[in-house]
Amino acid sequence: MSHSAQHDHPHQEPQLSFWRKYIFATDHKVIGLQYGISGLLFLFFGFCLMMLMRWQLAYPGQPLPVIGKLFGETNMPGGVMLPEFYNQLGAMHGTIMVFLGIVPIVVGAFGNFIVPLQIGAPDMAFPKLNMASYWFFFAGGVIMLISFFVPGGAASSGWTSYTPLADIATTGQTMWILGMVCLINSSLLGAVNFIATIIQLRAKGMTFMRLPFFVWAELITAFLLLLAFPPLEAAGVLQLMDRVAHTSFFLPSGLVVSGEPLNISGGGSPLLWQHLFWFLAHPEVYVLILPAMGMITEVIANNIRKPIWGYKAMVYSIIFLGFLSFIVWAHHMYLTNMGTVISAFFQATTMIISIPSVVILTALFLSLWGASMRFPTTMLFALAFLPMFGIGGLTGLPLGLSMSDIHLHDTYYVIAHFHYIVAPGTIFAIFAAIYHWFPKVTGRKMNELLGKIHFWPSLICMNMIFIPMFIQGMAGVSRRLYDGGAGYAHAQGVLHWNVFISHAAWTLALAQIPFIINIFWSMYKGEKVNENPWGATTLEWATPNPPPHGNFAQLPEVFRGPYEYSVPGAQKDFTPQYQKEL
Amino acid sequence: MSDHTHDIKKEIKVYLLVFGALAVGTVITVALSYAHFPLPLAISVALLVATIKASLVACYFMHLISERKLIYVVLIIAGIAILGLPLSLVYNYHDVLEGTVYVP
Amino acid sequence: MEGIPYTVERHPETGVFNAKLGVWLFLASEVMLFGALFSTYILLRVGALEWPHGSSILNVPIGTFNTMVLITSSVTVVMAWASLKMKNLNKYKLFMGLTILLALTFLVVKAFEYGAKFEHHNFPSKSTFLAIYFTLTGLHGLHVLGGIVVNSYFWGPGARMWQTDPERFTNRIEVAGLYWHFVDLVWIFLFPVLYLL
Repeated sequence: MSHSAQHDHPHQEPQLSFWRKYIFATDHKVIGLQYGISGLLFLFFGFCLMMLMRWQLAYPGQPLPVIGKLFGETNMPGGVMLPEFYNQLGAMHGTIMVFLGIVPIVVGAFGNFIVPLQIGAPDMAFPKLNMASYWFFFAGGVIMLISFFVPGGAASSGWTSYTPLADIATTGQTMWILGMVCLINSSLLGAVNFIATIIQLRAKGMTFMRLPFFVWAELITAFLLLLAFPPLEAAGVLQLMDRVAHTSFFLPSGLVVSGEPLNISGGGSPLLWQHLFWFLAHPEVYVLILPAMGMITEVIANNIRKPIWGYKAMVYSIIFLGFLSFIVWAHHMYLTNMGTVISAFFQATTMIISIPSVVILTALFLSLWGASMRFPTTMLFALAFLPMFGIGGLTGLPLGLSMSDIHLHDTYYVIAHFHYIVAPGTIFAIFAAIYHWFPKVTGRKMNELLGKIHFWPSLICMNMIFIPMFIQGMAGVSRRLYDGGAGYAHAQGVLHWNVFISHAAWTLALAQIPFIINIFWSMYKGEKVNENPWGATTLEWATPNPPPHGNFAQLPEVFRGPYEYSVPGAQKDFTPQYQKEL
Repeated sequence: MSDHTHDIKKEIKVYLLVFGALAVGTVITVALSYAHFPLPLAISVALLVATIKASLVACYFMHLISERKLIYVVLIIAGIAILGLPLSLVYNYHDVLEGTVYVP
Repeated sequence: MEGIPYTVERHPETGVFNAKLGVWLFLASEVMLFGALFSTYILLRVGALEWPHGSSILNVPIGTFNTMVLITSSVTVVMAWASLKMKNLNKYKLFMGLTILLALTFLVVKAFEYGAKFEHHNFPSKSTFLAIYFTLTGLHGLHVLGGIVVNSYFWGPGARMWQTDPERFTNRIEVAGLYWHFVDLVWIFLFPVLYLL
């Protein structure tokens, strides 16, 4: 009765109804597309929130022309943004971009679609669980969106929801917590699926050291999600108790709000929230970047037509990085009156964690030496990732050392640092991945001219947005100020950058239009291609476009590593993993 | 197949023995609590008994003792992570700058 | 169901079938969840001027009884799995039924405990001890409820799989049992920490 390990033909299944095939789908490719479409829509929504904020920062107190009145009298009376609404936009921009945009795309979309293909599996280990993950994510997203419309509006205590402020905030904060519970559970179930799939379902001959680096990245990312998210879920439950059952987990005694002492038991600790939050949120930022490094490696390997230099070093680095990411969290808390021993510990671990990142980046840079490079749009984004991530990483160093962090904490310098990593970092990796894997999903290539028109302005605008933010931060302009620093004497000299940054941000939005047009146009009119248009070595390129249910007519056997390009004596300049003889 | 059943019968004996041990452990831990030891000792004793009981459940009911390395690796990673959190929380609480006063 | 390998037979290198690895991974995340709450307990207690002895607020005999109930249910659930290994569906139903009944007993006793607290206006908002007591036992109770739902499904409609794929069904019961043992494990730590210290 038990099934054999290898299957010779795809399962002949009765035709599924529209609902089972596309909506409540269990096929990892459909689920991947669901995550991809939802994630991109949320990314766009989060981007719009930022563009609104940038109006207020560039022209504080000015009515927003044309669309200003649409936001209603409670948020923007007469088209002028209220501080409360600005705070909602800020908190939700961060929350949506991180949890509803980036993670669903890099893990839910690309992870789901590509990983089973790259390891030679027919699907994920638990397809129904995969479907449940998506719908938990969807529910979380709906809750987050609805929160804008409840009395008091959406959460407005930052994406970090620090207590005691978040404890006494409006209803939107409760919805934030409920939304996060859904999103956390989605990620937990997904993480279980990814780890079990990668460990159990690798094809014959696919040893761990033959895995494409993208799969390694997703494996480590899954471990981070699995172990780091639950403390935030616990913290969410505690904050929910504080808000709804009036407990005092995060409320110290003697709190006075608007002149009235709070009627609570007291005895709680606001710092407890910070510890529990950052215990997740630091590994979370590695969740944002690791899959991106994986995607970039796939694109670079393919477009340099030679093996990646230092694959083993990259693998050991990414494992080390995953482990270290759990013990650096308090570098977000240097200004909480930390003693010298704890401060020294976290500074040390934070400095050490830069090492594996540098190893990975260096290996990728060194791989370029002696390459026969091609420059399709995907490679442009991948190459741009390298220096952009480099800048992001290097600018993190003064933040990781508490002495310099005293000056820079909670300023625009921090915003510039982390945006360099996620925006011209991860998002560029996502663009590269879309251009690269689009043919596998649709059977057509995206248009190269539109791609170039997308790339160059995006790269330039990204830098024009975030370099001035370093300048503002070093001048001492704080984050989360709805007037952009206008009320502070020390900010006056750098205020003019706000206008510059805002215009660059709106131009960046315009630069995405060719990309959106490209996606839709290429789906129908793009150049039709065969199953391996890029001449790639990894297993996903051995399937039809798109792969059928079950992926492989016969599960492949793997004989070689993932990046065997330009092997001496080979017939072509690439030797796929499933090819035994040269 | 009958060999298999024989093994199961042996396993069942082990389950019942473990059940007995767990029951005894519960009685011990409750009885000792009435002795009202000073707090550090009370904590150590309670956690020691709890850990022994938990290990019995994990090793025999959850078959950990006959699993291969892989599951251990997953658990050890989680174990280290979850021991680190309270330790660092408590250390953080005490390691503050000079002159810091906690509001009760 | 598509041909996903190792849903029933064990992977040659790892020695487990997929769902077993899956549930252990899930349990690792649950360790982190309850661990974070235990860490909260520790920090709140360390920072408190005074902290009541558990027995002065909670009823130790009732807690002891509930501990024995859960431990017994752990034995019955592993016996349910062993019955399936011995191809005895009726014994499986008996032991799994007992497990569910014991779990319900646990929840009923807990409900009485909560009720008694609320009657005396001992709400979570009253002190951090009560706050962490209700939160820890409440979340644990939700996990017990989840286990009841899953086990009831496998006692009832889910048991049909025994007719079509008995080995896979046995594995499912092993996996459900692993979750149930974890719920028992959490209580093995919860009880002394909250009631006896």
